[in-house]
Amino acid sequence: MLIRRKPRFAAREITDPKLYLSRRELIAGAAVALVATPASAAAPAAPPLQPLSATRNGQLSVNDTPTKYEAATTYNNFYEFGVNKDDPSRLGHTLRPRPWTVQVDGFAHKPKTFDIDELIKLFPLEERVYPLRCVEAWSMIIPWIGFPLASLLKRVEPTSQAKFVEFTTLMDPAQFPTQKPGFFGFSSLDWPYVEGLRLDEAMHPLTLLTVGMYGKVLPNQNGAPVRIVVPWKYGFKSAKSIVRIRLVGEQPKTAWEKAAPSEYGFYSNVNPAVSHPRWSQADERRIGEFRRRPTLPFNGYADQVASLYSGMDLKKNF
Amino acid sequence: MTRPARIALKVSVWGVCLAPLAFLAYRTWTDDLGANPISFLTNTLGDWTLRILLASLAMTPLRVVFGLSWPITLRRLLGLFAFFYVCLHFAVWSVLDFFFDWPRMWADIVKRPYITMGMLALLSLIPLAATSTTGMIRRLGARNWTRLHRLAYVAAVCAVVHYLWLAKVGVRDPYWYAAALALLLGVRVWDWGRRALRRRRGRVSPAPTLGSRAENPLS
Repeated sequence: MLIRRKPRFAAREITDPKLYLSRRELIAGAAVALVATPASAAAPAAPPLQPLSATRNGQLSVNDTPTKYEAATTYNNFYEFGVNKDDPSRLGHTLRPRPWTVQVDGFAHKPKTFDIDELIKLFPLEERVYPLRCVEAWSMIIPWIGFPLASLLKRVEPTSQAKFVEFTTLMDPAQFPTQKPGFFGFSSLDWPYVEGLRLDEAMHPLTLLTVGMYGKVLPNQNGAPVRIVVPWKYGFKSAKSIVRIRLVGEQPKTAWEKAAPSEYGFYSNVNPAVSHPRWSQADERRIGEFRRRPTLPFNGYADQVASLYSGMDLKKNF
Repeated sequence: MTRPARIALKVSVWGVCLAPLAFLAYRTWTDDLGANPISFLTNTLGDWTLRILLASLAMTPLRVVFGLSWPITLRRLLGLFAFFYVCLHFAVWSVLDFFFDWPRMWADIVKRPYITMGMLALLSLIPLAATSTTGMIRRLGARNWTRLHRLAYVAAVCAVVHYLWLAKVGVRDPYWYAAALALLLGVRVWDWGRRALRRRRGRVSPAPTLGSRAENPLS
């Protein structure tokens, strides 16, 4: 016999977590406002970014002049804020990079969830000046701050089953406007954003777990508070605003592969000899320069990384 | 329509069509074209080419649907402005973007379908601009002229496909343009069908629609 009891509370009487969480924020905000000076209280959002000290790694830096900070922070692809280049800098204020945790798990002996402030202090921070080559045939020179992803992965001790690393970007429509289902359920990508690397690529000394740029913490539009930077691959391979790093056995299905498999392959190494199906990758426009310049194999890092792909057909594994 | 009204109308079309160029000139002057100025110029000029081209194709549907005849007087002006913007668009691409690297551009034209489409759109607008004068209409004869100027449909379709094929995943604008073009061409198809039906019934088309005006295309 089925005994039906009347529930103690009607569903409508239970407070929506969104409401009480936002009440907490309101109270916390009020507390901050009480101690803050009137001048700073009147200032709009976008607080100045915290400076971040790091030691320049000259050996792993290029000598090119860095792109203007203004260009690097206003010309971005970050689909969680919109498809236009100026969307991330215009709309990025909705992202809250604190509090933030990064779950590092999967095939690891010591999986762990790190608080972002703990993560930043885990290893000495280095500054590395890397070229960034976008799949759309433009490029920038960015002084990133971070430490090798390999250090973090070694800390959690990958098991022998770990073959790939999967990166997941935060999924939260309240912070990323385009993650809300749109018009007719229209969505530019299948959220959350997922990227992946082979374990040996992830362990390569050039692969940087990045928390800052230009001497400061990462601006929201550049992937705050933590992203990766893989300088020999097209920019979209470098996942932003990461909440999870998972060691896996199978090649992850990435967001761009799902959206357009013929255009954005899993490897996506910078390769002037392999065209994007719709445009040439033979040259690029360096932001701030007038003439196009030739694109280099592996974005100039062929000496360091070409051996990772020896024996592979890079036309097939684009 | 009175003469002053016609003049006011044309002046405002000139103003609206030159505004984007003034905007670009101002932004260039104040060094405010963003991080990638060449791409910004190319995209803005392309956008306005498409908008004005679609506006020129909206004049006939305004007559078919709402019975307005004055919009037709703006068709040539709009068409020539569309041609003007596509020339600027092409000039930025060939001069600023590829700096006269003709072999490289030719390779793109034959290899990249979206660029092929863009070039077809540009090429099909050239004879239209060249035969836009009243003298040329007289020389060609209204019938031939009307036939030739159906190339405007080819240009618009190629231009919209050009945008659809170049846009990356998630960009919605090209679909809006495609929908607008489908509507504008749909009205014509509907109108042709309606008139064909009337002719088959053996009646003379009473309404002064597209075909009957062909004697004087610029009226």
